[in-house]
Amino acid sequence: MRDNAVISPAPGVTQPLVKMVNIHKSYGGVTALNGVDFVVGNNEIVGLIGDNGAGKSTLIKVLTGVEKQGEGKIYWKGKEIEKHTVENSRNMGIETVFQDRALAEKQNIWRNLFMGREMTYGRTGFIKVEESKKEAINLLKKMIGFTQSGLTPNLGVMGLSGGEKQGIAIARALYFDAELIILDEPTNNLSISETNKVLNFVKWAKEQGKSCIFITHSIYHVYSVAERFVVLDRGNTVGEFLKKDISLDGLVEKLEYVAKHGVLA
Amino acid sequence: MLEKIKLKIIESRLQLSILGVLIIVFVLFAIGNPRTFLSYRIYYAFMSTIPFAAILALSLTPVVILGEMDLSFPSVMGFCAWAFAAVFNQTSNIYTAFVVSLAVGLIAGFINSVLIVRVGIPSLVVTIGMMFLWRGLVMIASGGLGLSLVKTQGTILYKALVGRIGGEVPAQAVWAVAIAVLYGLILNRHRFGAHVLYSGDDAVSAKMMGVNVERVKTIVFMQVGVCAAFAGILVTLEVLYFWPSTGEGYLMKSLASVFIGGTTVFGGTGTIFGTFIGAIIMGSLEAGIVSSGISGFWTQFIFGLVIVLSLTIYAYMSKRLSLGRGLIRSIKSLFGRVEK
Ligand SMILES: Nc1ncnc2c1ncn2[C@@H]1O[C@H](COP(=O)(O)OP(=O)(O)OP(=O)(O)O)[C@@H](O)[C@H]1O
Ligand SMILES: [Mg+2]
Repeated sequence: MRDNAVISPAPGVTQPLVKMVNIHKSYGGVTALNGVDFVVGNNEIVGLIGDNGAGKSTLIKVLTGVEKQGEGKIYWKGKEIEKHTVENSRNMGIETVFQDRALAEKQNIWRNLFMGREMTYGRTGFIKVEESKKEAINLLKKMIGFTQSGLTPNLGVMGLSGGEKQGIAIARALYFDAELIILDEPTNNLSISETNKVLNFVKWAKEQGKSCIFITHSIYHVYSVAERFVVLDRGNTVGEFLKKDISLDGLVEKLEYVAKHGVLA
Repeated sequence: MLEKIKLKIIESRLQLSILGVLIIVFVLFAIGNPRTFLSYRIYYAFMSTIPFAAILALSLTPVVILGEMDLSFPSVMGFCAWAFAAVFNQTSNIYTAFVVSLAVGLIAGFINSVLIVRVGIPSLVVTIGMMFLWRGLVMIASGGLGLSLVKTQGTILYKALVGRIGGEVPAQAVWAVAIAVLYGLILNRHRFGAHVLYSGDDAVSAKMMGVNVERVKTIVFMQVGVCAAFAGILVTLEVLYFWPSTGEGYLMKSLASVFIGGTTVFGGTGTIFGTFIGAIIMGSLEAGIVSSGISGFWTQFIFGLVIVLSLTIYAYMSKRLSLGRGLIRSIKSLFGRVEK
């Protein structure tokens, strides 16, 4: 077992929002996470970085309840999470923009927005269709900045552009007023202006007092918004840096070293 | 306003085109034999026979939307019909027989779901096995003999299930319509229906968004069992006799109803309305062909023709429309950029 004091939230943060301790996860023979400790403070933006296959997505899948860890504990606001499912992680206030966006492509925009958390008439389970449509279109036009004129909530998601699809995935995180927003490679394949929208969204989340986990291969993007960086390599946490202690070039250098040697210098 | 109507038409183009097929089929029937098709009698006959296949087809629709398959329902229907007849003959209590039969259907559906969801056997394969298994059980249990249900006549349940409302409308038709309305509401307006759509569309995404895909599948397969039992009860009550072959002949008809209704095997989309109309088409074709004076030898050929043609229309329609829409969209966005 690792000493979990190694990973800590930024100074000034007293009680972390999320604490993951000694997380193990393997898929058949492949070990994706090998005893990872990870913490996110209140109103903290954490950059989670590392090579392809480092285990970043797996770590957040465990955190969000998509995958069950083989070993290890997860705490939310100091309390251990017992029965972890996506449903209860979303109810607690965790929203995730998954790497592959988690969209149902044949469904239309409003259904995608409310997937898994439909707006219903109380416990009857019947969906408020008209209201859902209205909310969806409002959200996309006002908050996400969808500009195309033909936009209707009944439009299928299949024909949308990559940026628009990402917009819907982000709109979900926005709508449900999450305390912790996780973005897994949200800027992949996006244009500069779309990328800036995503980065502004993270800054907005910070201003709103939310916390954020930002996963990306673009060190430049993550450096511009995160306060702390956690480096993952082959299923292990190999380092963590506060933004105030390291320059962009310094961070890039460290990452290159990790990629070569599997440990920090 | 006009825009809105246009949009509605585009949205429900699938439903409209299946309705179009139905209208064409009936106009052809009416031309072929106006005396028969302009009188109530033939529709009365349709209302007494079509509901069995229609109920089965309705219950199969969510299965197909999930991208799954169930081939065991005709045999489950047979076994549940046997259970109904046997319990009634033992206890003389139609209510007990009714409840037992539905419970057997539920259990049969549950067994399917366990094998598919927990054990992980593809539904197409496992339900082939179950098709033989339940039919085999019918044969073993009944000894190949039928059972009379004449004594159920006169009970309230009999009247409620297959009686003639006002002496004119077969009660089973009302049941079929009620189930169609309920299923349509659930699919389009209820959280559960939404979860069926998500799960069939992209199970991985659905899971990541907190949809309990396994639970959804389990419930969907269980309701097929219950509906198969219900259809089995209706059919045996209608003829007042349990035949060991009960359920045979419904496999292809019910599945075809789902597909000509516009629900595709790709999963993620489907329409209850389409299935209902599809069942009417499938159920009226044979009578229509024969009474139009066409030789009965043509029946299968025309069945096939209608199925293949309607599927071709849907495939063509969905391609062209999405292509056209994509084009319009890209032109619009092009102009949008130029304006700025
Ligand atoms: N469902 C799965 N089945 C089997 N192996 C998996 C599965 N998901 C992830 N893995 C393996 O676990 C390891 C970590 O994968 P993960 O997706 O967490 O990496 P990542 O850091 O997100 O990489 P990337 O930057 O490419 O997204 C990889 O070796 C991957 O092949
Ligand atoms: Mg990843």
